[in-house]
Amino acid sequence: MRDVAIIGIGCTNFGEMWERSFRDLFFEAGLNALEDAGAKGEDVDALYVGNMSAGKFIDQEHIGALIADYAGLAGSLHVPSTRVEAACASGGLALREGVLAVASGLHDVVIAAGVEKMTDVETGVTIDALASAADREWEGFMGATFPGLYAMIARLHMHRYGTTREQLAMVAVKNHHNATMNSKAQYEREITIEDVMNSPLIADPLRVYDCSPITDGAAAVVLAPVELARKLNNTPIYVRASAQASDTITLHDRRDITTLDATVYAAQRAYKMADISPKDIDVAEVHDCFTIAEICAIEDLGFVQKGNGGPATEEGMTALDGDIPINPSGGLKACGHPVGATGIKQAVEIVQQLRGEAGGRQVSGAKIGLAHNVGGTGGTAVVHVLSVNR
Amino acid sequence: MAVPRLWRHIPTRYNLIGTECQTCGGLYFPPRTTCPTCRRDGRIIERKFKGTGEVVTYTTIYSASAAFHRQTPYVLAIVKLDEGPLLTGQIVCDPDEAKIGMKVRPVFRKLGEDGPSGIIYYGTKFAPLTEASQ
Ligand SMILES: [Zn+2]
Repeated sequence: MRDVAIIGIGCTNFGEMWERSFRDLFFEAGLNALEDAGAKGEDVDALYVGNMSAGKFIDQEHIGALIADYAGLAGSLHVPSTRVEAACASGGLALREGVLAVASGLHDVVIAAGVEKMTDVETGVTIDALASAADREWEGFMGATFPGLYAMIARLHMHRYGTTREQLAMVAVKNHHNATMNSKAQYEREITIEDVMNSPLIADPLRVYDCSPITDGAAAVVLAPVELARKLNNTPIYVRASAQASDTITLHDRRDITTLDATVYAAQRAYKMADISPKDIDVAEVHDCFTIAEICAIEDLGFVQKGNGGPATEEGMTALDGDIPINPSGGLKACGHPVGATGIKQAVEIVQQLRGEAGGRQVSGAKIGLAHNVGGTGGTAVVHVLSVNR
Repeated sequence: MAVPRLWRHIPTRYNLIGTECQTCGGLYFPPRTTCPTCRRDGRIIERKFKGTGEVVTYTTIYSASAAFHRQTPYVLAIVKLDEGPLLTGQIVCDPDEAKIGMKVRPVFRKLGEDGPSGIIYYGTKFAPLTEASQ
């Protein structure tokens, strides 16, 4: 297998963008990534696109061809284009497919992208589309919503480990703070613990400000084998590990309801592949679709012991200047969560951090970063380790 | 939603019919065609569950999809059946009444509806198990 590098990144603004279509969003992210890489359309050997639910959100399937067409890569160049779906982990999985294609030697220059256009339908439709990340027959038909499932994780985590309602709120407060330094973020504003605690209940104990928002957005990266990356004369960021794991689709069938074993296994495989331990990670983007999800993530990725996610957050360990800064972009919570794009946006953020280009939210001296993307309540997890050094 | 999708699961949803693997003794709800432990060595038979169990965790849903909107707020829980398997279902009780560890029994109820004039579908919910109901 060949070593793979990320040589270009692109990302749209995240938010409710009523004036912009699915096609506009993807095109902007892809073009920016190619320009950043110093590559042209003719150089592209393949496209992998993460997208959860265009069928429900914009009534459109066959996304691979659509995107290749509107990127100008289909009509004359006939570049192969593949849509990848794993609910909210679609982006991370598209990145992994791209990495595997380059590592195998099959393709040289590959675009891995993610896109989701969520605001073209009413909120009820969006809630239902997101619920399809869980088991429709045995969770959805019983009345489970996506926030409801995470609320049950939160309830048990609080009961078992003494995690407090305030500690959950602190995740949102921190991520909103980080997002004030990210011009692409959906919410570039501070919130307080009181704002979270006083926001309307969605699924007790989770409130509006515990939940990631509904977002339009796209992100893209350009991948190349290391030798070619060096010839293109930029600052390649090396993909040191790409790992993935599955678990039961239903929350109730898990070994432990407060642990995402898919994250545990994907992380262990990634650390082994990169030959590092969790202590070596300088910065991480983790899948905080809800505040409780970030607390579980930092535990399951091995940054803190199981049950210590709440106190670690309260003590500032995950802040920009903490031991392990988590979600400098603002995370899904404040940067926004266009589901299929999220996993790619996480990689874009880590690349910016490792290049030292993250501005006010720069984690000083970051050399090794991790991106963690989850599908559903943990049926899929994808972990990538990126590094300045090969 | 098409009728067969609901009709197909009536025995399971109405009567809590799952499966048992005779090779390893594993119990499964909903039914599985393959034992996840024994895979092709498993011998699967039908198994009815009593429906009594205990609340492992729960939430009160305030914001639901269209099919459940008219029922909000409602209590949703993960219930561990006395026989062992866990499942997700609603608890027919006041939100303040729900507790981790609470004993429950099955009740037959309307689950959801496919819009105001669409299909109404039924199945098992749970109710607190009181002295009187035992
Ligand atoms: Zn068996």
